Amino acid sequence: MFDDFLIRAIFAGLGICLIAGPLGCFVVWQRMAYFGDTLAHSGLLGVVVGVLFGIDMTIGVAVTGVLVALMLIGLQQQKHLPTDTLLGILSHAALASGIVILSFMETLRLDLMGYLFGDILAVSNTDVVWIYLGGLIVLLTLYFVWDQLVALTVHKEMAQAEGVAVLPLQIIFMLLIALMVALTMKIVGILLITAMLIVPAATARQFASSPEQMALYAVILGSLAVAAGLGGSLTWDTPAGPSIVVAASLFFALSCVLDLKKSIASRRKPIIK
Amino acid sequence: MSKLNKSEALIDAQGVSINFGGKAILADVNLTIGDGEIVTLVGPNGAGKSTLARIVLDLLQPDCGTVLRRSGLTIGYQPQRLTINSVLPLKVRRFLQITQRHPYDHLTQALNAVEIPHLMESDLHTLSGGELQRVMLVRAVLRKPQLLVLDEPTQNVDITGAAEIYELIEKIRQSYECGILLISHDLNVVMSATDRVYCLNNHLCCSGKPEDVSQHPEFLRLFGKHASQKLALYTHNHDHTHGPSGEIIHHEHGHDHN
Repeated sequence: MFDDFLIRAIFAGLGICLIAGPLGCFVVWQRMAYFGDTLAHSGLLGVVVGVLFGIDMTIGVAVTGVLVALMLIGLQQQKHLPTDTLLGILSHAALASGIVILSFMETLRLDLMGYLFGDILAVSNTDVVWIYLGGLIVLLTLYFVWDQLVALTVHKEMAQAEGVAVLPLQIIFMLLIALMVALTMKIVGILLITAMLIVPAATARQFASSPEQMALYAVILGSLAVAAGLGGSLTWDTPAGPSIVVAASLFFALSCVLDLKKSIASRRKPIIK
Repeated sequence: MSKLNKSEALIDAQGVSINFGGKAILADVNLTIGDGEIVTLVGPNGAGKSTLARIVLDLLQPDCGTVLRRSGLTIGYQPQRLTINSVLPLKVRRFLQITQRHPYDHLTQALNAVEIPHLMESDLHTLSGGELQRVMLVRAVLRKPQLLVLDEPTQNVDITGAAEIYELIEKIRQSYECGILLISHDLNVVMSATDRVYCLNNHLCCSGKPEDVSQHPEFLRLFGKHASQKLALYTHNHDHTHGPSGEIIHHEHGHDHN
């Protein structure tokens, strides 16, 4: 009963969760959800650029993401506009120009819906290899900069004063997100990539008592969402990517209910320290 | 950048000036910190104390002036405020090792030294103001820094707690022989532990031993009202005063401030 495409989908989904779990925690900790969105939106431009220059789509998306991230860092050096405004500008400029350039390429028939929502069931063996190779790079890099990234998250200037090279670290982190977007786009689609980053991480928060634990739980919760979403998609014939995100969101809702119960229970008990 | 060698100071800043948006925050300020020396910066709000500390920490480049640091200087920094996003789960044990990992027994010893060993596994988000200040101090000291920079280490701490923290700081100086740059507004408490005071109000008003500075007319003008009883009596012989934005106004004759 397990068809090849389903096995590939499961492997691809789990691979994405391995990357998205720890990266998503940093996105949540550093309040960068909108940044993830911006890179995802620039993904469509990346696809178009990839086709235009005849390079691999994943590379096109990754390069575009990197350029947008570098543009953001450049724009952040001026002090007048806040980051969320800059992100809004970059995000929609990239998305809109992607669609406009696409309209010029009359010979190209691109499945826009496929890029907006992804198609995990159409994942090829090559895609799965890409995800695990790219994932390995992301995880190895994260392993080596983990402590420094956590320090940066806790207090940027404290970390910098005590010897953490802040700007290179921020650039590395943005590059990792760009790579993650490139690897994930085909599977969950532009509009839902940020969900894979932040929903499992946010759900993991209330069960975790250390940054490392939260990253691990985010991976587990993401994987459960992939399993539940794919199962639901097969059972009810719903689109796979959105089903995974719906499953992840249901887990989040469940964790909120548990949290509420816990806080009610603890309010009943007198607190003795 | 030329570096200082071992026989010289930890930090030697000369003629440091910086402007923000056309306003002079620091003008021609000199500051040196040596081994085992506690140097205190005092001054009113907006006097540029934190800015000077950030220049010392190499977080900020002055517009002009030179800042020399000892080569390979290790720094421990306790920032003024620590607001950690509550979505980041963080226990005291992990926070203590945020920029450098330490063996577990070092952590227990360090927490014992500030009498909060029971907080090792506590969630950082649940600590009281005083507890958090102690934890932050322990964290900075655990690195065995040559230079410890403490920005208002007694914020959100009551008077008794503040006195205890200053005692701790003196103990730290004795046991680690590190230089300490202390920013504070608790003038009376700070004085006893300090080797040198720099009284800052965008420019260096006066500097020297606490007992000398506390007699200095500029210091008295800035703090006379709030300083201890004996400081309240002072003669009116300063050579300059400050306008609304801190600029220096020279006077031929004294006049009444209050």
